[in-house]
Amino acid sequence: MSQNAKASRFSLILLALGFLFLYLPILILIVYSFNESKLVTVWAGFSTKWYAELFKDQQMIDAAVVSLKLAFATACAAVVLGTMAAMVMTRFRSFRGKTLFSALITAPLVMPEVITGLSMLLLFVSFADWFGIFEQRGVATMWVAHVTFTMAFVTVIISSRLSELDRSLEEAAMDLGANRLKVFFVITLPIIAPALLSGWLMAFTLSLDDLVISSFTSGPSSTTLPMKIFSSVRMGVSPKINALASLMIMLVSLAALVAWWSMWRSEKRRQRDMQLALQQN
Amino acid sequence: MNAVVKPRSARLLGSRWLVIAVPYLWLLVFFAIPLAIAFKISFSQAAIAMPPYTPIVNWVDGHPSLDIHLKNYLYLVNDSLYVNAYLSSIKIAVISTILCLLIGYPMAYAIARMPAATRNIALMLVILPSWTSFLIRIYAWIGILKNNGLLNNFLLWTGLIDQPLAIMHTPVAVYIGIVYAYLPFMVLPLYANLVKLDLRLLEAASDLGAKPWKAFLKVTLPLSKSGIIAGSMLVMIPVVGEFVIPEMLGGPDTLMIGRILWQEFFNNRDWPVASAVSIVMLLLLIIPIMIFHRAQSREMEGRLA
Repeated sequence: MSQNAKASRFSLILLALGFLFLYLPILILIVYSFNESKLVTVWAGFSTKWYAELFKDQQMIDAAVVSLKLAFATACAAVVLGTMAAMVMTRFRSFRGKTLFSALITAPLVMPEVITGLSMLLLFVSFADWFGIFEQRGVATMWVAHVTFTMAFVTVIISSRLSELDRSLEEAAMDLGANRLKVFFVITLPIIAPALLSGWLMAFTLSLDDLVISSFTSGPSSTTLPMKIFSSVRMGVSPKINALASLMIMLVSLAALVAWWSMWRSEKRRQRDMQLALQQN
Repeated sequence: MNAVVKPRSARLLGSRWLVIAVPYLWLLVFFAIPLAIAFKISFSQAAIAMPPYTPIVNWVDGHPSLDIHLKNYLYLVNDSLYVNAYLSSIKIAVISTILCLLIGYPMAYAIARMPAATRNIALMLVILPSWTSFLIRIYAWIGILKNNGLLNNFLLWTGLIDQPLAIMHTPVAVYIGIVYAYLPFMVLPLYANLVKLDLRLLEAASDLGAKPWKAFLKVTLPLSKSGIIAGSMLVMIPVVGEFVIPEMLGGPDTLMIGRILWQEFFNNRDWPVASAVSIVMLLLLIIPIMIFHRAQSREMEGRLA
């Protein structure tokens, strides 16, 4: 037993080191966003001036607005398409072409972004040529590209929830005469709501974060925040980027915390309800 | 599941097909067809036009004539730059995958053995960084790894070195960046697998006299094979085409194929060569993608009889 204890202590130490590796760079980034000096690596006293500078940078703010709108629209569409795809994957008996369908779901998860980005652009150019649509590339083309690569992630999240769901509730509703559509909206959807929320957040952050696919599919008039960050990082490191990074990290952490808390609460409630139901039997 | 087919559900058959058709068509049009178009354009020639390539099918007097060029592929094979870039991308991807596995496995193992309450928090801590901007997490390493960066300053201060280490703009920096960015993708599938491990098997091994280390090698490790495969593919395949990390942390001599593709497209404006580069990359990755697909679809359709 003591050997087991030793083994588990060993793995806990490794875990702690792993977390240190994951979080130390982020902490350093946040600390240095409050640095007085322009040099990112020398500490010269506390200051919030880089935040003030950031909010004066109109181009950066415009890019952030484009990114936030795009991420919002992407996440909404990806959740709808991803839920449909997850229902097909977990609830539908096989049909002709299901193998191809599941390949189309899993391939975008690992497809190198440069390939997705380039081929998407070639599609838009061909569409402009053949049908005269997507002639102006911009937010609309980026939206199509983002929905396509994020919906695969949403599908995975939602189908893992759907496959561990107790089917007896759905079957009971069906036996009582509810049709499939009604069962889905009245029974299934409320149960998988936390998964929809985490899928939505996943698609939102993936879209907000994307540089490569956006660079290929955007037009000259639309610049997203990652594109702006990337071009300014190429010019050199600036504490203004640190300030922006810290804001984004705090925002995402807050959102993640809220999502986690709401999931934890609904899980608790579900367990309590199940226990109550068992006691009443 | 197999509810009796009532007349009413015949009407609903339409909605069933709609649920299949909408995501299916979306993925066909916006994921599969683009790859086919890239394949087509890889056989054309660059031209000064918009779009900047020659058409494959020309209509001469109402007859189609095909204009196919293998030049782009010959170019890739004959120019050692491309061959080396493919080889070095694969090497970097394989080594980073092994590093992620070596770091990620103990982490996933430790989390899977935690009590349920702390387990969720630890899991959240693994996921959280991947929800913050990828670009910014890579950017954070520039300040750390630079010649006059924090790591060098710290090591100089401790007296361990008296010359700053040149890490930035070297392959080492690229490896650090990749392992850092992709570690969560390794930990999560491994965790999902390890948490399902039946602990009685380990007890049995221990009762039969196996030392914990031996029980790990003979029981835990073989049983976590599918998690190892899923995690490794999730890291390895995208890393082969990685652009941002070698661009930001690597030097001008850090050859990676994603970077070459980017340059062909954005700097040289040679769309056909860029397409050929991506098609060859896809062919190299097709087997890993199929392995990943098998593991993933088993996971997704697991409970569907």
